[in-house]
Amino acid sequence: MKHLPTLLSHELRMLLVSPATYVAATLFLGFMGLIFTKILEIYSGAPQETSPAIVYFQLFWLPVCVMVPLLTMKCLAEERRLGTIETLLTTPVTTSEVVLAKFAAAYLLYTTLWASTLGFFYFLKRFSGDDRFLDPGPLLGGFLFIAVSGLLFVAIGVLASSVTRNQSVAGILGCVALATLILGGNALSDSTWLEQGLFRPLKSIVDYGHIFAHRDDFARGVIDVRHLLFYASGTALALIFSILSVEAKLLHA
Amino acid sequence: MPDLPTAIEVSHLVKSYGGVMAVNDISFTVARGEIVGFLGPNGAGKSTTMRILTGYLPATSGSVMIAGLPVATQPDEVKRRIGYMPENNPLPEDMRVSEYMYFRGRLKEVPRRKLSPRIDEVLEICDLKRVRHKIIGQLSKGYRQRVGIAEAILAEPPVIIMDEPTIGLDPHQILIVRDLIGSLRGRMTVIISSHILPEIEMTCDRVLIINQGRIVAQGTPAHLRREIFGHSSYRLELAGDLTSLPAVLAAVDESLRSTAVGDPDADGFRQVTLTTSRDGELGEPLLSALLGRGFRVRALSREHPTLEDVFLAATRRSWDVVSAPGSPRGRETPPPPPT
Repeated sequence: MKHLPTLLSHELRMLLVSPATYVAATLFLGFMGLIFTKILEIYSGAPQETSPAIVYFQLFWLPVCVMVPLLTMKCLAEERRLGTIETLLTTPVTTSEVVLAKFAAAYLLYTTLWASTLGFFYFLKRFSGDDRFLDPGPLLGGFLFIAVSGLLFVAIGVLASSVTRNQSVAGILGCVALATLILGGNALSDSTWLEQGLFRPLKSIVDYGHIFAHRDDFARGVIDVRHLLFYASGTALALIFSILSVEAKLLHA
Repeated sequence: MPDLPTAIEVSHLVKSYGGVMAVNDISFTVARGEIVGFLGPNGAGKSTTMRILTGYLPATSGSVMIAGLPVATQPDEVKRRIGYMPENNPLPEDMRVSEYMYFRGRLKEVPRRKLSPRIDEVLEICDLKRVRHKIIGQLSKGYRQRVGIAEAILAEPPVIIMDEPTIGLDPHQILIVRDLIGSLRGRMTVIISSHILPEIEMTCDRVLIINQGRIVAQGTPAHLRREIFGHSSYRLELAGDLTSLPAVLAAVDESLRSTAVGDPDADGFRQVTLTTSRDGELGEPLLSALLGRGFRVRALSREHPTLEDVFLAATRRSWDVVSAPGSPRGRETPPPPPT
């Protein structure tokens, strides 16, 4: 792993000069700003029971399904399309280092973009003069959820980029995979037919991977080790498959 | 690194993709400091062989040793000893030349304090100093090729492998690249593949001709001419009584005979092609004998088959072997008649 810092700084630089990064950042910040404005409108109209931070993170899936593919779709697909993966892998670096560096760079950018939205809450506190709007519990829980779940989401984006040399296809694959994981899991978890007879064991699996439930737990300050294990093992699995995918393409190049 | 006489040793190398033999049992060695040219038609297996040498692709069977290290079991060590420029020279479009060199130098584990002077040196060698701050995506083909070559020699590896380094270059740039590769002779072992055959002939100490995944000929260009054609040719323009020509030729050399006689022109001169199995120079005794028997001679020249002729004959021979019914693959057939 001695080449990881070199590869990571290179990947970060490549992300910072890529137009897709700025498209993703603009879309993300614009969208989150819009959500925050709507929340402010609701809260200024009538008193609410829940903290604005909890409402803010409820729509996390929408920017995730768009931003993560935009940040990751290029990472391995473009290297394969241009053939630069060949020059990269004929130096003493390993496939694992390359995949990990790309994952780490995309993840850093992802968390940085989310962290920048902390500014919304600062402005709210600054101009409202009311400390209650900056409720640290749900806010920290929400951002912790974003940071932990982001590991899995970005790893899925990297995996999508490793299976094709066309970055548009990688983007669509990543978007579909994330939407299936987040929204599909939610839809299945709400299904009553899963609670009957034979399907009961399946229900417990679906509940384990119910990302909306994880979000609610994090926002309430419940840090369940099972949730952490779910995201850690999912991330490791997605990254291992990404590495295997790159190496399998070499074997059949 | 141990001071080994053999830089590259390939033994019974086989690579198949889904039942198709891309490389079929090839063996060769390259000595330290030698420059070897890899020739072959498209799809012959050149690039696949080169990729296996670099450790990028695994071989189906056989062994490859680079600087005494087996590629299959010590790929990382081998990669530290190789500078590789792939086919089509893929480069990142968004980086500046100097940034790219720095990045590659760090990956190739060039010590940080040595890297900047070394980058300056290779940029100077490859005449890239004036474009060092330019974005690679904006460079012309010639500059891009030179960036690829500069990157391959950056870490001063003992073995350089370049897949068609002169493709797309203009004659002036080819000259620069040829001089550059020539300057590595004795210091680094170089394998280059190219379709520009005079280029290979001028640059390389030895040539390997590969076709359909097999080495069909190898040796110095002069050795290959002898091996493939097995004779020398002379071209004459003469006038006189041709019935006495066979006797004149037999008097000069027993194996010397005419293989083609053209029609006489307005002055009565015909073009005559002579062949002989003798390798030595027969021009002077032939001229004396012809003049002594009353022939008028307007021109006499010895034909030198180019590497292109050798390449075409060697690849054609290998196809003949494969397509001959009942012919066991790899059995030598008689060399084709001269063209």
